[in-house]
Amino acid sequence: MNLHEYQAKELLKQYNVPTQEGIAVHNVDEAVNAYKQIAVDTGSKFAVVKAQIHAGGRGKGTMKEVPLQHGVQVVKSADDVETVAKNILGNTLVTIQTGEAGKKVNKILIAQDMYYDGPSERKEFYLSILLDRAKKQNVIMYSTEGGMDIEEVAHSTPEKIYKEWVKPGYSLQGFQARNIAFNLGLSGEAHKNMVKFVTNLYNAYIGLDCAMLEINPLFKSSDDKIIAVDCKMGLDENALIRHKNLVDLRDKSEEDPTEVEAGEHNLNYVKLDGNVGCMVNGAGLAMATMDMIKLAGGEPANFLDVGGTANAQTVEAGFRIIMKDPNVKAILINIFGGIVRCDRVAAGVIEAYKNMGTINIPIIVRLQGTNAEEAKKLIEESGLQVQSAILLSEAADLVQKAVSGN
Amino acid sequence: MAVLVNKNSKVIVQGFTGTEGTFHASQMIEYGTNVVGGVTPGKGGATHLERPVFNTVKDAVEQAGADTSIIFVPPAFAADAIMEAADAGIKVIICITEGIPVQDMVKAREYIKGRECRLIGPNCPGVITAGEAKVGIMPGFVFKPGRIGIVSKSGTLTYEAADQSVKAGLGISTAIGIGGDPIIGTTTKEAVEMLMNDPETDGIIMIGEIGGNMEAEAAMWLKENMRKPVVGFIAGQTAPPGRRMGHAGAIVGGADDTAAAKMKIMGECGIHVVASPADIGKTMAEVLKKEAVA
Repeated sequence: MNLHEYQAKELLKQYNVPTQEGIAVHNVDEAVNAYKQIAVDTGSKFAVVKAQIHAGGRGKGTMKEVPLQHGVQVVKSADDVETVAKNILGNTLVTIQTGEAGKKVNKILIAQDMYYDGPSERKEFYLSILLDRAKKQNVIMYSTEGGMDIEEVAHSTPEKIYKEWVKPGYSLQGFQARNIAFNLGLSGEAHKNMVKFVTNLYNAYIGLDCAMLEINPLFKSSDDKIIAVDCKMGLDENALIRHKNLVDLRDKSEEDPTEVEAGEHNLNYVKLDGNVGCMVNGAGLAMATMDMIKLAGGEPANFLDVGGTANAQTVEAGFRIIMKDPNVKAILINIFGGIVRCDRVAAGVIEAYKNMGTINIPIIVRLQGTNAEEAKKLIEESGLQVQSAILLSEAADLVQKAVSGN
Repeated sequence: MAVLVNKNSKVIVQGFTGTEGTFHASQMIEYGTNVVGGVTPGKGGATHLERPVFNTVKDAVEQAGADTSIIFVPPAFAADAIMEAADAGIKVIICITEGIPVQDMVKAREYIKGRECRLIGPNCPGVITAGEAKVGIMPGFVFKPGRIGIVSKSGTLTYEAADQSVKAGLGISTAIGIGGDPIIGTTTKEAVEMLMNDPETDGIIMIGEIGGNMEAEAAMWLKENMRKPVVGFIAGQTAPPGRRMGHAGAIVGGADDTAAAKMKIMGECGIHVVASPADIGKTMAEVLKKEAVA
């Protein structure tokens, strides 16, 4: 589950991680008031307006409706804030990560400007914490090259990326925090602040059960403060069972509405761009079915795992979700009935089909496993426009026929 | 004999009296698995499915001689159950539970490191040695006894592969569902290695999916140790990057963990890679026939 920047920063503050201060607002009046408040707090007329969407590249991205307006902008007066807030709020931000459709901005963060002048040089670093699956440990990845696309840095100058692995069950040790501060070239007060920063940040990563925590830029101000200027945080959804208070931070408007609806039916659905819908039990078989659709000349329209209970209710919900996509020209139901008997699943498919009224596209049902023959017979005798298969290869042939129109 | 579990395995069920535990324990007993009891804290001393219930795994080991455990406890307590089993001296720990917080698994994996036990899963269908012991949730009848071993991250895709193999005139020695989570106890390579060393297995089906580097690791090992044919399939050739496809671990994160990258390295290391999931069993039969002629 991904969070907005402003939500992530609030959480980090609870772990004493210094962040760029700001106020999240959802209308222009609030934006102006927030700006005034921040101007008083910081004693500076400079502030930053930041669009809150679940995608990176906001600074370079532009608003679809106001092409010259970027998703992040420095402002220096209340009038500025008013203009920028009007340009961004309610409009669509297109960044390198959103795709052409862009994302609607419902909230903006009015934040303090950290790039003020002072006795020392300002610096931008990169730091993220994530799970290293191969080493089965959490790893802190960091670089002196902040504010940039880290994948680009990793590709062109891999020597500029450092890693610190943390032993499971232990917190980040002092020497490791010092390593990080030294490798980033820090000394004096900035060094001390960095040690505290990464120690607390790692505690936040563990304490909140983050799946991913990225600070880019990780900023050293001209007065040697270490600050999270931006923050990308993803939470481990499996761990929400012990963070009930974090569940409400989910912003469903950032997700595909059909995927949200599927989730409410306990269906695991991912929308894709193809023309053949599929409904499968088990995640691996679902992916394999998508692959088979492609090999048969179609393109998968979705991933849909109905889980262990493929009954009339789940099948009907699945049908309805798949049929919301106008690109779908055929649907393949692929169920390996093990402990769930195929004839029961077939009865469910027939009932769901009847409940749906008329379905105007070919439906291919492949049921294999316990009572597969009986299931095939049930479907064939139902009089419905449903093609039935037992072997996966037979199902593939039927998909091929459906997409080629023969 | 095959690997991991057999008719002599003394199996206990952690989460014995719950709905899942009860249902699957009954199915396992019906299959002929030697289930010697179960554990539900607080219900020790009771009898369930005509078998003793223990408060702790330690009691089950001491009083019933348990050496294998299958875990059905809810996700919030599953890592604890794994550590309890390891601490009590269980040799094969099979965790079915799906949805365990990943940091819990990081901790549990570290806890069992260096102990004389093997963890399979979590988020897996379990292990079956055909005709001897089913320690899992798979439909037993699909796995007709024979000499093909299966290693797979996925449940239903394992059943599919077993079914195809049987229809191609083959049978199954042991099928190991290693699980689809980012952190699991036994890797693809470790499971393949067990089957490679098993005298009762003639060929191996290795089923992977997008995400992580386990298939590449297994492929590199196989390159030097291929003493029996291996047929491989990777699910998720059409999966978009950055999207989690059902399994917590099934997500394309970079260039190396795509299906295409995995299939390429597997092919280069001598694995017979099939593009279609419909061709797994057929290909295994063909490859074995060719080897027999050669």
